[in-house]
Amino acid sequence: MRRISGAPQVPEGDVAHKLNPPHGTTCVAVRFDNGVVIAGDRRATSGNLISHRTIEKVFEADRHSAVAIAGAAGPAIEMVKLFQLQLEHYEKVEGRALSLNGKANQLGGMIRQHLPMAMKGMAVVPIFAGYDLREESGRLFQYDVTGGRYEEREYAVTGSGSLHAGTVIKMQWRPGQSREEAINVVLSSLFEAADEDSATGGPDLIRGIFPIVATVTADGFTHVEDDELAGMYETIIADLKAREVPA
Amino acid sequence: MTTPFYVSPEQVMKDRADYARKGIARGRSLVALEYDDGIVIVAENPSNTLHKVSEIYDRIAFAGVGRYNEFDQLRIAGIRHADMKGFSYSREDVEARSLANQYAQSLGQIFTNEMKPMEVEILVAEIGDDDTDDQMFHILYDGTVNDEQEFTVLGGDASALAERMESAYSENLTLPKAIKAAQGALAGDDRTLEADDLEVAVLGRSNGRRTFKRIEGDDLLGLLS
Repeated sequence: MRRISGAPQVPEGDVAHKLNPPHGTTCVAVRFDNGVVIAGDRRATSGNLISHRTIEKVFEADRHSAVAIAGAAGPAIEMVKLFQLQLEHYEKVEGRALSLNGKANQLGGMIRQHLPMAMKGMAVVPIFAGYDLREESGRLFQYDVTGGRYEEREYAVTGSGSLHAGTVIKMQWRPGQSREEAINVVLSSLFEAADEDSATGGPDLIRGIFPIVATVTADGFTHVEDDELAGMYETIIADLKAREVPA
Repeated sequence: MTTPFYVSPEQVMKDRADYARKGIARGRSLVALEYDDGIVIVAENPSNTLHKVSEIYDRIAFAGVGRYNEFDQLRIAGIRHADMKGFSYSREDVEARSLANQYAQSLGQIFTNEMKPMEVEILVAEIGDDDTDDQMFHILYDGTVNDEQEFTVLGGDASALAERMESAYSENLTLPKAIKAAQGALAGDDRTLEADDLEVAVLGRSNGRRTFKRIEGDDLLGLLS
């Protein structure tokens, strides 16, 4: 089974471990002045092997919201597809989109229903980010494997690299940053996570593979193009080189 | 008068058909026509919350006349059918033709077997990649399906409306011209219809994945001026 996770095998019957395994991958989302930035790395692992270099973990859920996933790849992607369908179906039947709260709640419900599978080792733990048209601001939600929903004021992270990425964001994030500042924070955090966690992929400059990064603002969901990311990485890498002591 | 012991099947069907037609004729009409970027549907509808024209799927729209609660029920069933089919197979496998057939079966069933027929007439429209593939299916209260070209009219005094549309229609109209043609035909000779009296929506090829868009408020005023 292909996993976005690279978590090691846990002993049979160890339920606590099964409920809180560190899921490989790193996905992050931060708020900025006009909305949210959401991003995820591109690596999928099977045990210690890299099974996919270009997997996409960030999805447009609907016009004003996005999901990023960690956990078992197959069930996670299926959950995203079902979530996208639910949102579009609701909008067509009712004549208007769900509120951001409603969408976040829906996703929580799906994760809750998935708990039996999660307990068998195939967990799905997403983060949800969107632009709330009523409150006119970006909002972020983190979940746990039981479907519990936790709104975050600054950033949300998931995956095995989340502790590393989260610390980087903590140091660099400020309220009211611009889009470029927020994207930079996100890219730095993913870089450090990849540097520390084998299950998280860093930018592959040889192949031109970058994390998927997207913004969600009042104008909707937009991918940040690879060209822009490549440019930002050049600066980040130059800074990193400057801090290294020659061997 | 004593209750007749026997009523011929023809009489039963005729009574049902008359009942349905009366219900539909009481309501307001709508027009759907092809234009340069797809299909536009214009309905006479004073309400801006209770819609007669709606999105079913990426390239498919629904419109209904007659009893609102009945065609709204059909609308929701259509969305469910399309979303389920698209999810189980793939988005490109969802077609208006299949949906129209389902509607026809359903309406035919109800016409024959239920206490009263549905007092509705519905339209299922789909745009293709270019205008040769645009389709409009007109389904009647008894399940009859008609495959229409260029334009179609539903409800009210359909034949008079069709005549007016015949003279107003031409191929490859721009959107403003198409809406005005429909507006004029719906109004007829004795009255005028303003933007407020109309509900307008398009299936436009250049609208991205979801081709359905409502044209309302200032946008509609702009196109009608």
